[in-house]
Amino acid sequence: MANKRKKDWGAYLYLMPTVVILVAFHVLPIFYSLAVSFYEWDLIGQPEYVGVGNYSRLFDDPMFYKSLWNTVYYAAVSVPLSIFFSLIIAMLLNNPISAIGLYRTIYFIPVITSINAVAIVWNFIYHPDFGLLNKILAIFSIDPRAWLQDPTWAMPAIIFMSVWKGLGHNVIIFLAGLQNIPRHLYEAARIDGASRWQQFRHITWPLLSPTTFFIFTISTIGSFQVFSQVYMMTPRGGPLKSTMVVVYYLYRKAFEQFEFGYALAAAFVLFMIIFACTLFNKLYLEKKVHYS
Amino acid sequence: MFKFKHPEYVPVHVLLIIGSIFMLFPFIWMIATSFKSQDEILTTSKSIVLLPDLARPSFLNGEEETARIERKKEEAKAWEAEQAKPQAERNKKIQAPFHWFDNYLFALKAQPFYRFFLNTIFVTLTVTTVSLFFASLAAYAFAFFNFPFKNTLFMMMLGTMMLPQQALLIPNYIFLSKLGWVNTYMALIVPWLASAYSVFFLRQFFLQLPKDLFEAATIDGCTRFQFYYKVVLPLSIPSMVTLGIFSFLANWNSFVWPLIVTNDTSLRVIQVGLSYFSSEAGTRWGPLMAASTMTILPLVIGYFLAQKQFVESQATTGMKE
Repeated sequence: MANKRKKDWGAYLYLMPTVVILVAFHVLPIFYSLAVSFYEWDLIGQPEYVGVGNYSRLFDDPMFYKSLWNTVYYAAVSVPLSIFFSLIIAMLLNNPISAIGLYRTIYFIPVITSINAVAIVWNFIYHPDFGLLNKILAIFSIDPRAWLQDPTWAMPAIIFMSVWKGLGHNVIIFLAGLQNIPRHLYEAARIDGASRWQQFRHITWPLLSPTTFFIFTISTIGSFQVFSQVYMMTPRGGPLKSTMVVVYYLYRKAFEQFEFGYALAAAFVLFMIIFACTLFNKLYLEKKVHYS
Repeated sequence: MFKFKHPEYVPVHVLLIIGSIFMLFPFIWMIATSFKSQDEILTTSKSIVLLPDLARPSFLNGEEETARIERKKEEAKAWEAEQAKPQAERNKKIQAPFHWFDNYLFALKAQPFYRFFLNTIFVTLTVTTVSLFFASLAAYAFAFFNFPFKNTLFMMMLGTMMLPQQALLIPNYIFLSKLGWVNTYMALIVPWLASAYSVFFLRQFFLQLPKDLFEAATIDGCTRFQFYYKVVLPLSIPSMVTLGIFSFLANWNSFVWPLIVTNDTSLRVIQVGLSYFSSEAGTRWGPLMAASTMTILPLVIGYFLAQKQFVESQATTGMKE
């Protein structure tokens, strides 16, 4: 029986469409791009082999370091902020209250809308003269600012908008995690006289840590790949290149300056950084995660 | 709307409502602005005015459109002349007639958005249905058959999920340009017909189906493909719907890939069209907000409609267990 199954090549009829497309567009391109990163190529002329030339050029490129720093800044601020606020909202939603479905829908709307349309709306909200934000600040007599044109504020403005956009996604995942925590633990803690903070500190936070870990890992990977909002809200990398992130940098190198080899070298360096971060999360942070 | 059976939860509601306002306000402001004239947007700069001026004529007449635009041009000239006058006289500004949907008409005229919509609907529906079909076939094989290199293939598929998308953009662009597919529907559709995520998702579901059902059916002379479309598919409709919604959303909102593989106006999808319109319209916020509303609204309405379906499908699967 086992022998007969071993020769079951017929299964490949079912697998063929998926496997062919995945290999052609998702597996081979990785090896291909690794190869091209050792060449200088504008896609039209002959590729010229430069060895590790692209990589050594990259490590001497101040704009690459700047874009790397901006990306780290984006990730280091947006990920904790998003986790903080989504956890609070999820904990509020985890009460036996009415209209839960409505709240869930409302908080999820920014997630389903496209980043481009939303970026246009926020461009307007941040507008120095007619923007909503400055109007609201004027009520508290705070001076208006040109948020997206100011090198200090452009990145915080993009981070704020991104946190707003992604919040609902994390809320739903946190909510699922919270609902898995057995209710009787809280009841027992209340009988023992534990305060709300103690309940959070000793029950919710440790038991929720697998969910928090999952969200942290996924959001970190995603935030290192940030592109669309930067492209839409601060064209050309923003004031004094203060919002030039790595993916935008390699997009420009490839599709505006046609340095494909160089851009791919940048893509691989980014990939290695993401991979290293994920590995660090897995090896170091996951030790602190409480799996029941 | 809310029944406060438990007064101790009032603060929770208050906080959640403040949060909801914060989540929704950008959309409300977007829709409100999309109905305002440029004048209104600029003159109300000192205060937050949500509602457009309701006293404006709100009828629409397509035939008189060109005549009206001519009239508007003259009025714009008159307005410029007015600007030269002293402040006191300028305050009695000429009210240019502005119709409710003028911003939408402006956007639709500046860019062929209807074409972008058709492209997006065509691409999204094709990719969603075909990729669901392909993924369910592959997941069926992974769940029910034993074949050579099964584990190797499965690990390879999971591996593709971990690779960053941007590392794929450039080589795929090069590959597509070799195939001559740049600026074709093929480029927008074919690479996304396979989804490792969907295969993984459906495989997990198929594995929950009783294996002896498969054994019994094959003994009764049911072919493997018959079992697939007569038993497996009908049983997995809820998870297919869920996956279909995810896939539809992802494809409708996909931006970077279509931006790179198409530059022909007639092939643009809605997201790319919106991005071009945004750089073209500059500071014409009314039309920009109208275009954004047109992009967002179909999805939000669809989400509200599907939400019910979604919850119901989850409820029925819950009852079967």
